[in-house]
Amino acid sequence: MQRNIVIWIIALILVAVISVAGTTFYIGATSNKKLVISTTSSLYDTALLDTIEDQFEAKYPIDIYFISVGSGLALTHAQRGDADMILVHAPSEELAFLEGGYGTCRKIIAYNFFAIVGPEADPANIKDLSPTQALSNIVNAGRNQSAKWVSRGDDSGTHIKEKELWTTAGFNWSTLRDESWYIEAVTGMGGTLKVANAFNAYTLADMGTYLKYYKDGIISLKTLVTQGENLLNVYSAIAGNQTKYPHINFDGAITFIKFLISEEGQEIIANFGKDVYGQSLFCPAVNLLKQNTDPTIVQWIKNYAFFNGYECPPEYQDNHPELYT
Amino acid sequence: MWDFLQNPIFQITIRSLYVSGTATLLAALWSLPIGMVIGMKNFWGKQLVKGVFNALLGMPTVALGLILYLLFSKSGPLGFLDLFPSLQAMIIGEAILVTPIIVSLTASAVESVDPEIKDLAKTLGASEVEASVTVLRESMGGVVLAIIASFNRAIAELGVALAVGANLRGRTQVLTTVIAMEVNRGNIEYSIQLMIILLAIVFTITILTNLLQRRIK
Repeated sequence: MQRNIVIWIIALILVAVISVAGTTFYIGATSNKKLVISTTSSLYDTALLDTIEDQFEAKYPIDIYFISVGSGLALTHAQRGDADMILVHAPSEELAFLEGGYGTCRKIIAYNFFAIVGPEADPANIKDLSPTQALSNIVNAGRNQSAKWVSRGDDSGTHIKEKELWTTAGFNWSTLRDESWYIEAVTGMGGTLKVANAFNAYTLADMGTYLKYYKDGIISLKTLVTQGENLLNVYSAIAGNQTKYPHINFDGAITFIKFLISEEGQEIIANFGKDVYGQSLFCPAVNLLKQNTDPTIVQWIKNYAFFNGYECPPEYQDNHPELYT
Repeated sequence: MWDFLQNPIFQITIRSLYVSGTATLLAALWSLPIGMVIGMKNFWGKQLVKGVFNALLGMPTVALGLILYLLFSKSGPLGFLDLFPSLQAMIIGEAILVTPIIVSLTASAVESVDPEIKDLAKTLGASEVEASVTVLRESMGGVVLAIIASFNRAIAELGVALAVGANLRGRTQVLTTVIAMEVNRGNIEYSIQLMIILLAIVFTITILTNLLQRRIK
């Protein structure tokens, strides 16, 4: 009987050792280099990145590891050296990121527009108004107890956009947030949409996530304000800084950025969502900026997401000027 | 058959079982001896050690997840190990999470064994190690319960798995992380399927434990 127990203990040790060794082998078995990309959740949630990952990995011996977080945490990951590159949509933060010496080779890859969504009844009467006028109406209606606003409240790109919009509309966000009609959800874009839907409230949403939730019948909120320079949403890819963090897979990051801005990559972005939603969720930005095909939008992008007239100022191009020709 | 093996739901389920199983076994390697020593020996500070392990039973997983992320992060003290984000980090994290469970439950089980059994074994000519094995055998029910409770805790928790595994598609996704992230993505139905699998695993194991315990006793 005692020998039995000893055998059990030996077996337990063996199984544990084999399991650990197995994991190490399983992970080490692939010779592909890994490329860790911290990404804003709005790109990830629509499954666009799944499509891009599959096509990229079929072509290159690189394994992509997407970590889906808000733009805020994506930037933090890269600042700590945990990500080789990032995909974000918060130009003001991106500039600070480049200036802080954390990122290089920024490239604008796509754009679309945020939407102010709200209940069909539209108690604040904002339909088709300008974004700033719409926000003023929502504040008035909120203070009259006839409307509510739900905020991301998480320093994501969408939340940063929201704060910029309040400022443009002449309000101070840090005092608005204390008012009773202003609700901070802090559960990602999807969570925020669900909360807004439950409260019959207004919120700022990226079109990709909104359409997905709307088509699936999870929310019944309607898009009320969708146009205007202020609602522009620009997505960029930024590689890490190999001088600061020599261990990062910088070459992999450049390869991936080149794939994103290639005809093939831009094509994937342009077509994504057409089959399911009947419309594209993201507009490719590379040819637009290169050939100035739509001067209005190009000017908007330059106003909003260029730094001193550059997509990426030369001092941050890290010997990759070919990305910008 | 190949298609089935390639099915993401199948792979996620297997990965969940694998991470929790490996973590539990790993934790058992050090936790069983610690638990037995605490249960059988009298030493200075014993109550304090027991108290610490009991307190750690309630470790919030988000707290442990954050601590481990900061440790494994490239800028953290263990960053050179290149463990964030990875399956290994998840296994290590779950093993740490369940260590207090195995230690505490094993210690209680061993303590509840009549001390005379050990003395009796020694009187009958058993060595110290052999006598300890006798005690372990007597407390087998409690030890099995400890292992199974640990497995259930590991497979059902989200905080650690998400913090150090980051829910990488096809790599570190386990049932709980996928359920959480897919709900965020709006894929409620997919989440429900995974939830049913998770519940089935947890409940089945609990029922088996009850049956097993009855047989051991």
